Amino acid sequence: TMAGADGGTTDVQWCFSQVKGAIDDDVADADIISTVEFNHSGELLATGDKGGRVVIFQQEPESKNQPQCRGEYNVYSTFQSHEPEFDYLKSLEIEEKINKIRWLPQKNAAHFLLSTNDKTIKLWKISERDKRPEGYNLKEEDGRFRDPNTVTTLRVPVFRPMDLMVEASPRRVFANAHTYHINSISVNSDHETYLSADDLRINLWHMEITDRSFNIVDIKPTNMEELTEVITAAEFHPSQCNTFVYSSSKGTIRLCDMRASALCDKHVKLFEEPEDPNNRSFFSEIISSISDVKFSHSGRYMMTRDYLSVKIWDLNMETRPVETYQVHEYLRSKLCSLYENDCIFDKFECCWNGKDSVVMTGSYNNFFRMFDRGYRQDVTLEASRENSKLRSVLKPRKVSTGGKRKKDEISVDSLDFNKKILHTAWHPLDNIIAVATINNLYIFQEKLN
Amino acid sequence: VPRTLMGTENSECEEKMISPEKAEEAKLKARYPNLGNKPGGSDLLRKRLQKGQKYFDSGDYNMAKAKIKNKQLPTAAPEKTEITGDHIPTPQDLPQRKTSLVTSKLAG
Repeated sequence: TMAGADGGTTDVQWCFSQVKGAIDDDVADADIISTVEFNHSGELLATGDKGGRVVIFQQEPESKNQPQCRGEYNVYSTFQSHEPEFDYLKSLEIEEKINKIRWLPQKNAAHFLLSTNDKTIKLWKISERDKRPEGYNLKEEDGRFRDPNTVTTLRVPVFRPMDLMVEASPRRVFANAHTYHINSISVNSDHETYLSADDLRINLWHMEITDRSFNIVDIKPTNMEELTEVITAAEFHPSQCNTFVYSSSKGTIRLCDMRASALCDKHVKLFEEPEDPNNRSFFSEIISSISDVKFSHSGRYMMTRDYLSVKIWDLNMETRPVETYQVHEYLRSKLCSLYENDCIFDKFECCWNGKDSVVMTGSYNNFFRMFDRGYRQDVTLEASRENSKLRSVLKPRKVSTGGKRKKDEISVDSLDFNKKILHTAWHPLDNIIAVATINNLYIFQEKLN
Repeated sequence: VPRTLMGTENSECEEKMISPEKAEEAKLKARYPNLGNKPGGSDLLRKRLQKGQKYFDSGDYNMAKAKIKNKQLPTAAPEKTEITGDHIPTPQDLPQRKTSLVTSKLAG
């Protein structure tokens, strides 16, 4: 149990709510979930997968019969966002895997989101249709054209109700602006522009313009032999439309101001924790690579995820993070094996709760971790079918690191490294979380009394 | 086969002297003595940047075509196995990337 998000003394207990996806162990590549994102109200939850498909869930309105739980999420729309492509000029296979989805703030009845694969970003419009026009003069109801000679009177077509249809249509395709693989997209607080980042460059787009983008960061060295670091993630500040950050494979974060110059190669702030040179090893740089960076909702802090930890940075202090949380420190003595099976390159994401008081990230064995910043407590929970009885409270898990393993603990060597939770999302307002295992999506809710 | 970590049977007193990270490094270097001294640097990064590279090389293809213009081009075996080595792949030989026609199981 952990302190409640409202800062009071109530303990938050997490309960299983729903699980989406197939039960069988034979996972097709296409079904691997690659991104999870709530929209700004939390009413919609989008997932993207390796097969280029997007599935959007919608929360049912709270039922008066069951005040103890918040609405369930059911399928609202599903569509093929990206297709596989082959670039013959560069002999490059372009995966259809959806790397990121970002929602636009809602301006009218329709919902808009940006989805991206390695090379192309698309703006999708998701809209509802619940009426259709009937009573055309020149067409029958089934669409066949009437013989104009048979038309003797005129009538005004009217809209009549029909079964709700949710349609997804691509409104913009932003292509051909990235030589390397896109890892991030971020919508600006001006609601007009967004950035896309690949390994070496960051571009700024206007939502309405698809044939042009501005390059705002370029870290490509003239001689590729001198390449020492790549961009791993980028995000706009939540309220300052001129500010964005990008993280690197060397564990640094650079904050840039677009007012300073057109090309933001020179950072305004550089966030880097000093390293103890005596502790440096072959693995140091690899495990310091930042896999995700997220601003707090307040915009005062940012959080970074590297292989073993989560760090919270105060934007006013560049010299070191203000808080560091160990996700799975017991893996430090297993780095050799993790390098051999490539797990050391896994890219975990992280997220804030709505009040910026708790942060969450995934781990192995389908474990995920939450850190309460105020109460200095942390908990390990598990997303598994065994704990999936409706509203059953999740029991905290523990990994035993010493010689003696207690009854309910699991030893480090028994962890399943195929079961990784890379993507998690927290509802912007309520204590509802979406946790993606390799091919299943779990939704957990706070136990309400 | 579930991927689990290989059990470590190192002697306790050895590990107390060096940090766990350095101990792991020593283990790795013992297994791969040829591992480069510039870790996490250019090699790893360049491998990452080249993700998605396939075998078809239009330059090689056209040069091969020019060299053997009087002969028949080699054709792919009926079973389209991995294309490497002497056989010059043609665009037709590249395995077709099928699009996902199936709806996501999350929506099922």
